[in-house]
Amino acid sequence: MSQTGSISMVRAKGLRKEHGRASGLVRAVDGVDLDVAAAETVAVMGPSGCGKSTLLHLLSGLERPTGGEAWLAGKRIDRLSERAVARLRRHSVGFVFQAFHLMDELTAAENIEMPALLAGSSPRAARRRAAELLERVGLADRVKHLPSALSGGQRQRVAIARALANDPMVLMADEPTGNLDSAATVDVLRLFEELHLAGQTLVIVTHDARIAATADRLITMRDGVFVDETRLTGGSTGSLSALAGLGS
Amino acid sequence: MQEVMLAMLAKEPSHGYELRARLRAALGPLGDSMNAGQVYVTLTRLEKAGLVASERSDPAPDRPDRKVYTLTPAGQQRVAGWLSEIGWPKPDLAEFHLKLVAAAAARLADPVALVDAQRRELLRRLREAQRAGMAEPDGSSAGLLLEGIVLRLQADLRWLEACERTWAARKGESGS
Repeated sequence: MSQTGSISMVRAKGLRKEHGRASGLVRAVDGVDLDVAAAETVAVMGPSGCGKSTLLHLLSGLERPTGGEAWLAGKRIDRLSERAVARLRRHSVGFVFQAFHLMDELTAAENIEMPALLAGSSPRAARRRAAELLERVGLADRVKHLPSALSGGQRQRVAIARALANDPMVLMADEPTGNLDSAATVDVLRLFEELHLAGQTLVIVTHDARIAATADRLITMRDGVFVDETRLTGGSTGSLSALAGLGS
Repeated sequence: MQEVMLAMLAKEPSHGYELRARLRAALGPLGDSMNAGQVYVTLTRLEKAGLVASERSDPAPDRPDRKVYTLTPAGQQRVAGWLSEIGWPKPDLAEFHLKLVAAAAARLADPVALVDAQRRELLRRLREAQRAGMAEPDGSSAGLLLEGIVLRLQADLRWLEACERTWAARKGESGS
């Protein structure tokens, strides 16, 4: 159930991805059903190797499933041509990686301009958008810095800004805090929280409990399947004071 | 709570409402659950025990409580003793650990399912503590306390991961 109606931004039906053959067959994703509503934040947690990254690649069209259906912003993507998926991905999905994947020889602003330029924006519009996004992620004073001159947390914030460049319907993040220290993690948490409040649809795969705890809904994945699902919103536990050792 | 109130009085003689305001500043949202009565009940007990003394101050028009509390020498001694005491809450992990062991041995419940349920609860708490922490301004006392809660919950969640790994592997071995 979602407050924004039943617009499904991301949907999977019996989604499967297999690698290898015969005795070497690995079922990375083994029959997953998922529905992410607009403006919802969903986190998928699980140990490394559980298939959560592969799942994200299937949902964003980076990889093609072995079976089942993948839908993105109302379009079925598992049967689209390579080019059509690429086009859809450019406009509908923003992707954030654990290792940032910024281009080292481009400035922060230029990194962010890139997706807009690739999608056909004018250089001026792209520049304006980049400035706006750097402001939004709190790095307005780092426009001309190269990634090498930025801290890990700042690099990830630039990468998040880049992922937002084309106003994606869905922002997908693969272990976005995996390479960050505690303080930088909090910066990313705050940013995701703000995006969530602004109505951005978010799908995060992670094994970091802190970022998972920002989600509305949390799914646990093990050996390619969803084994547990829980809603984290609604109803204060009222136990914060008790956790601090206060009260009776 | 008694020692905390005594230590807060060590700064200067204070009204009950002043102590309460200091507690609230240090605890932020965590202090919401404390009612005003608690402070006065504690002060009354401390006075009976001879650890604080009170005297009536000049009446303030908008304040019904006019008593100013001061530490007695015995109270000062107690504060000094409390500060030098090394106490730390004991983590209570053995109970949950034994629950898993017993449930698995008697086949009463799936330990992995118990771990899942526990994790759901801890994540809800983590979410709440984290949100409360992010709402605090930088450098706030209450934010620091909330950070401590978050770090503890993270440690507990990591232990649950280890529990899950081990019990899932045992389940696999027993061929279910």
